[in-house]
Amino acid sequence: MEHTAVAEHHEGGKKEVIRVTIILTVLTIIELALGFAMMGMENQRLRLAIKGAIVILMLSKAFYIVGYFMHLKHEVKNLIMTIVVPLFIFFWFIFSFLYDGNSFKNLKNTYDPYKKELSTTKAEKKEEAKEIKTDEKKKAVD
Amino acid sequence: MSTTTTAVPEKLWSGGKSPFKVEYGKLMMWYFLMSDAFTFGAFLIAYGTTRFATNGWPNPNEVFKSYPFASENANAPLVFVSIMTFILIISSVTMVLAVQAGQQMKKNAVVINLILTIIGGAAFLSCQAWEWNHLFHEGAWWGRNPFLNADGTASTTNFTNFFFTITGFHGFHVFSGVIINIIMLIMTLTDTFEKRGHYLMIEKAGLYWHFVDLVWVFVFTCFYLI
Repeated sequence: MEHTAVAEHHEGGKKEVIRVTIILTVLTIIELALGFAMMGMENQRLRLAIKGAIVILMLSKAFYIVGYFMHLKHEVKNLIMTIVVPLFIFFWFIFSFLYDGNSFKNLKNTYDPYKKELSTTKAEKKEEAKEIKTDEKKKAVD
Repeated sequence: MSTTTTAVPEKLWSGGKSPFKVEYGKLMMWYFLMSDAFTFGAFLIAYGTTRFATNGWPNPNEVFKSYPFASENANAPLVFVSIMTFILIISSVTMVLAVQAGQQMKKNAVVINLILTIIGGAAFLSCQAWEWNHLFHEGAWWGRNPFLNADGTASTTNFTNFFFTITGFHGFHVFSGVIINIIMLIMTLTDTFEKRGHYLMIEKAGLYWHFVDLVWVFVFTCFYLI
């Protein structure tokens, strides 16, 4: 019985690989195009929307890799469930941790004026960077 | 024949056979990869939380704008990393082809596709080595951050710490994946799988390799795009 299941799969196997490769390539190109479009964009809302679109594209790429390349879509439902269900904890994980990070930022900005000042004054770190760079070069020469 | 997978799933739990219908090693590889997904997830969420808790952050398009053999003031953001991404996707494709060839017991096709996968992995590692070296000479390393935030304010070392830790951890996975693939290649060439009568080992190595590709999808998005 197992043999026929495998044999059935071989028929469309190569075609499926080509199809998924094309899908992954197209999704990556769209991601990159969005990344290029986002460069130098001032509108913060639009930036956020594009970032959301990139995350959705990322998740669909993950779906195609796990589902087709790793073959999970063709496994028994039991196996799919035992792998996928535990990963749902990431929903809570991402939401609450990012929320917490944001709240921490707001608290710092409200109650730590020094930090706030530090993060709003323009720095001139470029010089220092160059110094480190020349230091490295000196070290390399030495 | 095909009713086994569709018609009566509840019978899978009635005992006497595997309810997952995969062999032990493959199931354990899946569980290992799940735990690895949690490790990477924890890293990336730590990165996200820190980013949400910080007022400014360096612009990735300014940090990752160079490529090999470029001049000092080259400005080509996203170009080099997209090449790295495609290398990894293509090596994943050749790995799928190796797995399929293994299911059909075609030794030569397995060998060719495994070699291509190993080349892809080595190419990716070389790209990453170049990028790390380049950033190091820009003054970036763990605990050192020469880059300014996008708005011109001083940046913390969180940026470089997370970048080197997470891409380093991923690079180490790629490295071990290449080693595993080389072992698979040697085992194929010495006819170990032919004698065994199946190429299931290649499937497990393939799962690991695809996972490495999967993680890069997330790392690439989180560090270079967003």
